[in-house]
Amino acid sequence: MCTLEKRDNLFILTLTGNDEHRLNPNLISSILSALSQAKVQSTHGSVLITLAQGKFFSNGFDLDWAQSAGSKQGAQERLLHMVESLKPVVAALLNLPMPTIVAVTGHVAAAGFGLAFSHDYVIMRRDRGIIYMPEMDIGLTIPNYFLALFREKIGAASARRDLLLRGLKMKGDEAEKRGIVEAAYDSEGEVREASVRMAEDLAKRKWEGEAYAEIRKGLFPELCGMLGLATKAFASPRL
Amino acid sequence: MCTLEKHGNLFILTLTGDDQHRLNPNLISSILSALSEVKVQSTRGSALITLAQGKFFSNGFDLDWAQSSGSKQGTEERLNYMVESLKPVVAALLNLPMPTISAVTGHAAAAGFVLALSHDYVIMRRDRGVLYMPEVDIDLTLPDFFAALFREKIGAASARRDLLLRGLKMKGDEAEKRGIVEAAYDNEAKVREASVRMGEDLAKRKWEGEVYAEIRKGLYPELCGILGLTTKVFAYPRL
Repeated sequence: MCTLEKRDNLFILTLTGNDEHRLNPNLISSILSALSQAKVQSTHGSVLITLAQGKFFSNGFDLDWAQSAGSKQGAQERLLHMVESLKPVVAALLNLPMPTIVAVTGHVAAAGFGLAFSHDYVIMRRDRGIIYMPEMDIGLTIPNYFLALFREKIGAASARRDLLLRGLKMKGDEAEKRGIVEAAYDSEGEVREASVRMAEDLAKRKWEGEAYAEIRKGLFPELCGMLGLATKAFASPRL
Repeated sequence: MCTLEKHGNLFILTLTGDDQHRLNPNLISSILSALSEVKVQSTRGSALITLAQGKFFSNGFDLDWAQSSGSKQGTEERLNYMVESLKPVVAALLNLPMPTISAVTGHAAAAGFVLALSHDYVIMRRDRGVLYMPEVDIDLTLPDFFAALFREKIGAASARRDLLLRGLKMKGDEAEKRGIVEAAYDNEAKVREASVRMGEDLAKRKWEGEVYAEIRKGLYPELCGILGLTTKVFAYPRL
């Protein structure tokens, strides 16, 4: 499922096991608990890094579980249930009172990319792993909050169109060049090291977590509106 | 006016004749009929290519026809009438159950540029032809759906400002570099060949047309809202 460790200022959330880390109700619930825990224990200068073991970061919602409902209607209900259940996870990441980094060391697709992309900084490998939104190829429409996430996080309309409407499989170098990720690294080891370095740099700024979360939410008003997140004003500077 | 042909999976819509292909009520109506026909005949793996003959893709609304009304009020009414009439054409392109490509082999200005930009992919020549929004130079404001189209299709705010507020005449190389078009080609023949190649590549994906149209509309929610287009959810994957 997932584990949460704390190393000094860093919270490390790991999607464990060698499987596809499919976002089924169990894993979603597990991630939500871990994020609540990180929020409770957060202090000035905390940072979250999300990682995954194995060949996949996450391959999206658990479509096998959906289809095991036994009927078309049942499958649709289960899929829509997972779509709804992921909203609190995205909301928790938007509300998290610390910078968030996702180190994508494997394939990331569909809702898995939605999860990764809900972090402030995304880094990935260039030697393996692709970003892919398969919905066009398998005949699914895209949840509205994913669309808002992409609209507000990816500036280039052509990149959004290529990922969503064209089902482009994007490797690390292209993702870095087109501004989808911060950087792409040569191997899994380098991504992990880079995530820790980046986290330590961000932690040094000793940002006040609540103000950080409010400014972050201000960058994504449409997404926050869909998730029902309000914002607060902080008007007393720490000089 | 315009013709519609079918070559294998490809629908080819051509604005015929050597004139400016001014979008007057006749041509608008002709294009709308052609698009309805395309929709009726569409199958999985269809694609649309829109082309024009002569030096112009389209130079926009028929301002001569507007002014021949004989009065200032009459001119405004005729222009507003053409603005309103173009909305169903843009809506039809957004609803079209297949990928759409506009092969801009001549100048595309004002409503003519809007028509081209309402396609999923735009390619043009680099040796001739400009993209131009003359409204600022001729004292016209932009219809709401024009502004929404530019906001949602062109990510760089500076590019939107240069095209709309500065009346920049953008040639192929700059349009490609700044992400306004997919690619610019050396001459008319190469644009046409490229449009067919691109059409065939997209057709090979055999996308389900209804889902394609819904995902496309999801990329442009503001424009769809202005045009009164709703979206449907498809939650049963083709695995």
